[in-house]
Amino acid sequence: MGLLSKKDAALLTDPLADNNPITIQVLGICSALAITAELKASIVMAVSVMFVLGLGNVVISLMRNIIPSKIRIIVQLIVVATLVIIVDLVLKAFQYELSKTLSVFVGLIITNCIIMGRFEAFALGNKPWRSFLDGIGNAVGYGVILIIVGFFRELLGSGTLLGFKVLGDPIEKTGLYAIGYENNGFMLLSPMALIVVGIIIWIQRSKNKALIEEN
Amino acid sequence: MGLKQNLHNLKEKYKGTKMAPAFNAIHTFLYLPNEVTHKGGTHIKAADDLKRTMNIVIMSLIPCLIFGMFNAGFQHYAAIDSSLRTDVLANFFTMDNLWIGIVKILPLVIVSYGIGLLVEFIFAVIKGHEVEEGYLVTGMLVPLIVPVDTPLWMLAVAVVFGVVIGKEVFGGTGMNILNPALTIRAFLFFAYPTWMSGDKVWVHDAVNRVGTPDAISGETILGSYAQNQEVVYSNWDMFMGFIPGSVGETSTLLILLGAAFLIFTKIGSWRIIVSTFLGAAVMGFIFNQVVAADIITESSKFYGLMNTVWWQHLLIGGLAFGAVFMATDPVTASQTNKGKWIYGFLIGFISIMIRVFNPAYPEGVFLAILLMNVFAPTIDHYVVQGNVKKRLKRTKVKTA
Repeated sequence: MGLLSKKDAALLTDPLADNNPITIQVLGICSALAITAELKASIVMAVSVMFVLGLGNVVISLMRNIIPSKIRIIVQLIVVATLVIIVDLVLKAFQYELSKTLSVFVGLIITNCIIMGRFEAFALGNKPWRSFLDGIGNAVGYGVILIIVGFFRELLGSGTLLGFKVLGDPIEKTGLYAIGYENNGFMLLSPMALIVVGIIIWIQRSKNKALIEEN
Repeated sequence: MGLKQNLHNLKEKYKGTKMAPAFNAIHTFLYLPNEVTHKGGTHIKAADDLKRTMNIVIMSLIPCLIFGMFNAGFQHYAAIDSSLRTDVLANFFTMDNLWIGIVKILPLVIVSYGIGLLVEFIFAVIKGHEVEEGYLVTGMLVPLIVPVDTPLWMLAVAVVFGVVIGKEVFGGTGMNILNPALTIRAFLFFAYPTWMSGDKVWVHDAVNRVGTPDAISGETILGSYAQNQEVVYSNWDMFMGFIPGSVGETSTLLILLGAAFLIFTKIGSWRIIVSTFLGAAVMGFIFNQVVAADIITESSKFYGLMNTVWWQHLLIGGLAFGAVFMATDPVTASQTNKGKWIYGFLIGFISIMIRVFNPAYPEGVFLAILLMNVFAPTIDHYVVQGNVKKRLKRTKVKTA
């Protein structure tokens, strides 16, 4: 990364693995469970959060010296709310069906713990460029997990990926279904999302020696 | 050179390597270990180690399994020719029936044990500890609590899920919160509901015959009640188990026989078994009273199951099997005596409640047991704390 200094690059890469918001900090779990039954919804959610978090971090960082600390939460909320409404309206205008699927969860990006967490922990104390990198990094870390979970849930639960019937047609019995395969209905239920996230955490912790806790 | 010596040599040869636990497991499963501790402190000498305990439970399940094999065939032929039901005893223990049972159920047993033990061996080798015996009973329970036509690959997927998520992630045998056999059953139920409920899955070959002139069906008794239909089976049939249902859970008589054996060998807790039946009876009785008081009338969709006489609830469905073989699992049940009463009572109570109110599937024993598995440590905590308080009070009175 010639463009970025080593310190700046770490802002982007750390949240992808060692400091992942979902698997390590266990933030933003609610949306990870709710909307990951389809891969497309996961991707849109990931992009939306990236937009809100990246831009929001910059705005908060620009205002960091003029926000009175007593009312900083309210100011942060206004910033997130504005950005989320933009996302919501864009989705409604261009992807109406999808915004139906995501329903309330776009609005609930406001309460996504990761966003307020990054505002508080990073943007309030760092310059705009670094805050931007931090926001994008965390949003990507969040999005990667969402997309992995969404991939497995849609593939095993509905037998499709982004709506394409990759495993064959379950009604006409083509592809895998011809030999007796059936979709796993459990994958579409939220508890299974929790288990999939749990398995990702398990694999990550057993691979990464730095994360193994002493006890 | 006997098998024992061979195994012993293999064990010595691989000592210290990663594969060692696998050979150790086979060796100690079949024979007493060669190593005996001679010096050092006090030793407890008892023959009933975990493997013997598990074997006794398996022995108590064998009658259910054999009966299940005959029943699989009987239900199949009786669904085609209902005149067979007029003289059940003459038509039940036939070679034809047994043959269908062997062809359909033995593969279930083999897949359950094969896949389950494979997972156990893999985890033992990765983690570097001895293979744990916990799966011996689970592997036997699983084929007994699924419908006879369950596809083998589904069972395999469910077994992998149940053993890994239900047991190994918590640290293996003795550490699990949920009963692994029921985790497997619950996974199958939520993942593949079309294969686990309805009136087609309980009789062999019924699924394949849908839409053909030879179509047959076999609704379970609970299924019939749930749809407010008349039930054709007599109480005697229900008690003996000549009814459609999961493989090994139909015969209340043989389950009670197994229960007697478990209680006699002091492996199953009679407190849990009795209190589960008690809880179910109480809930059934309450529902009967609700119907008697005309709060629920025949037009209600709950009428059929609520109107079921309370003692009949104990004979049908998986209640008896769950109470005797599942709820008594020493790992996931409550440990204190008082706790066992509460735990068992609530299992029975909630089972019947779910059975009546669950719109999708008129059975709730596995859900009730899983729920109470989660609460068992809490129950124990309060029982112990209550005891501590009582004793503290006693000392205070004395000192005062």
